[in-house]
Amino acid sequence: MTIEPLLEIKDLYARVAAPGGREILKGVNLTINAGEVHAIMGKNGSGKSTLAQVLAGREAYEVTGGSVRYKGQDLLELSAEERAREGIFLAFQYPVEIPGVSTSYFLKAAVNAVRKHRGQDELQTKDFINLVKDKMKLLHMDPSFMNRAINEGFSGGEKKRNEIFQMAVMNPTLALMDETDSGLDVDALKTVAEGAESLRRDDNAILVVTHYERLLQYIVPDIVHIMLDGKILMTGDKALAAKVDTQGYDWVDRQARQVG
Amino acid sequence: MKGQVMTQLADKNTHLSNFSQFDQSAGHAPAWLDSLRRSGIDRFEQVGFPSTREERWRYTNVAPIARMPFKLARYDGQGTDLLDRYSFGDEAASELVFVNGHFVQQLSKLGRLSRGVFAGHLPDALDSRGQQLEGSLGRLADVEANPFVALNTGFIRDGAVIHIPRNVEVDQPIHLLFISTTSREPAVSHPRVLIMLEEGASGTVVESYVGGRGLYFTNAVTEISLEDRAQLDHCKLQQESGEAFHVSTTQIRLGADARFVSHAATLGAKLSRNDLNAVLAGQHADATLNGLVFIGGEQHCDNHTMLDHAEPNCPSHELYKHVLDGKASGVFKGKILVRSGAQKTDSKQTSKALLLSDDAVMNSMPALEIYADDVKCTHGSSSGPVDEEQVFYLRQRGVGLEAARHLMTYAFAADITRRIKVERVRRRLEEYMALQHGLPLDLRINDLASHDEAVKQL
Ligand SMILES: Nc1ncnc2c1ncn2[C@@H]1O[C@H](COP(=O)(O)OP(=O)(O)OP(=O)(O)O)[C@@H](O)[C@H]1O
Ligand SMILES: [Mg+2]
Repeated sequence: MTIEPLLEIKDLYARVAAPGGREILKGVNLTINAGEVHAIMGKNGSGKSTLAQVLAGREAYEVTGGSVRYKGQDLLELSAEERAREGIFLAFQYPVEIPGVSTSYFLKAAVNAVRKHRGQDELQTKDFINLVKDKMKLLHMDPSFMNRAINEGFSGGEKKRNEIFQMAVMNPTLALMDETDSGLDVDALKTVAEGAESLRRDDNAILVVTHYERLLQYIVPDIVHIMLDGKILMTGDKALAAKVDTQGYDWVDRQARQVG
Repeated sequence: MKGQVMTQLADKNTHLSNFSQFDQSAGHAPAWLDSLRRSGIDRFEQVGFPSTREERWRYTNVAPIARMPFKLARYDGQGTDLLDRYSFGDEAASELVFVNGHFVQQLSKLGRLSRGVFAGHLPDALDSRGQQLEGSLGRLADVEANPFVALNTGFIRDGAVIHIPRNVEVDQPIHLLFISTTSREPAVSHPRVLIMLEEGASGTVVESYVGGRGLYFTNAVTEISLEDRAQLDHCKLQQESGEAFHVSTTQIRLGADARFVSHAATLGAKLSRNDLNAVLAGQHADATLNGLVFIGGEQHCDNHTMLDHAEPNCPSHELYKHVLDGKASGVFKGKILVRSGAQKTDSKQTSKALLLSDDAVMNSMPALEIYADDVKCTHGSSSGPVDEEQVFYLRQRGVGLEAARHLMTYAFAADITRRIKVERVRRRLEEYMALQHGLPLDLRINDLASHDEAVKQL
């Protein structure tokens, strides 16, 4: 019996969805199985966030070629909210501020949208509070954050922590963490990484985008990819991350050119 | 040219002949009131309806109102369904109900007011405090300033009068509910409100203008006089039928240290025009004008406000928010006048519009006229669509597109709604917004307060 991968990206092309919009993803291939942690590294502007956003269903990008299968279905057919309800969670590189919408209220709406999709009863306020209480402890979150508008006036680090807090509450099947480590102090990095690590199960997977090996010491990846100019150029184990950390990307470029 | 004059005459004649009919049936009135009415109708006869050639009416064409042969609205015994929907019940200290401009005693709730406080209709007020009325009615709303005020003044009969004496505080809101019912022929009513707060008095007054279906015209005028240190929290909630016309003028005068807060919400009417003019006539008077316009389809709403700083050391704050969907159009003209003696004026004006469709249009015009040199006046306006990045963030967490748009709209309006102290008004606005977006129950804002409470216990 062959087990279908959780996520299977084949030859994915995407461009900015505007007249004359530039092409950013140029043939991405990536397979993630349940239970795995993958890391993507790569130079600034190589397309890592774009890949994450395309997987999450951002309409600002247009897929021009290739396919993505997720849990045995065509992911590209689904709207952003349907993907979220099917368990895809994107921790944003730049979390958005939404003045006027309280974090707790929004999160309750989100949790209930997912539950409804799964045919579960909606959580009443009391049960919701119990759910978030634990997760706040896990991430050392100040409860007052819940009453504030989403990310409004949050510091850079607080925003990142808020993303992982939400991720813990939503308990995703496929978590896409886009540079969650950048902007975090050492202690916060540890807290956030532990939070993410605690979500690891046999039936879910995490894709981490990062520039630093440090995070990967806490969330240990099974597989590391290097992305360059809209493609995954190299794939290896965690040793690859260590090599990038000390030597940068030039050698990847050179090696790729030799091979190519 | 001749044709134009003719139609203008025809326009006016509708209301002039309404007046002669009204005059015959109005019964006995004191001489001063009679002459006040005359001055109104004479002025209207002289100037007629305004045209878009006049600067103040440039963005709102009232020809559809002028053309329509409106009959004077009558009380037809209808309207109890709307009363059920919009009544404040026990949450009002007093509720005066007007149906098609006529006070209906048996639908109203009077009493339970502190001693000396009066909330009733004009004929009763004439009996109990005729002299005071003579000195107040028509003193603030100038028939020369606006043809619609002139027209309204011609038909004063059944209005609402609120009087709170010196240092008396009325906790619960006083509700003035103006209901328009559907009639076979297009009808006009001219609601009139007079609110007087003596020195140090305080209270909350809500004016609701509601209608079910059909074409009609509401032409309302409210005068508010706040003596020194008086405080009034005033809400005006306009939920007329989608085919109706609504024109209103609210004229306020603030004495020294008086405080006035206005929450004006426009949800209904095909065409609405509101003039809100506050004169800060005593030192340290403080005026806040908050407005929310939430319209769609082919609705048009024009808000003209005026903050007249006549004395030094007065702060004023103004925030108007517009949510425009469909082909709706919004106009905001906010004038701040700082007279030569009014040093240390501190005035801040903001107008914001959220455009939910490409066809919605917003015209926002600040107008600062400053004749003093030591003042602080700021204004800002912005207008734009829902932020796509914010919507994506919400959708990424599973919130559907429509619900996400609603949350954004709710958040946009929250600056206004959360400042409204009268629970009933806030809830009505929120319910309306939820309804417009076909909102799933789990996103209803109704239970937000209890939710917030629970979260605070965390
Ligand atoms: N909406 C857009 N419009 C125009 N250009 C875009 C858009 N989104 C991304 N790009 C461009 O596509 C390239 C890839 O961007 P992306 O954000 O995916 O890079 P990244 O690998 O995440 O970089 P970083 O490490 O700096 O976060 C960049 O050159 C970026 O400027
Ligand atoms: Mg990026």
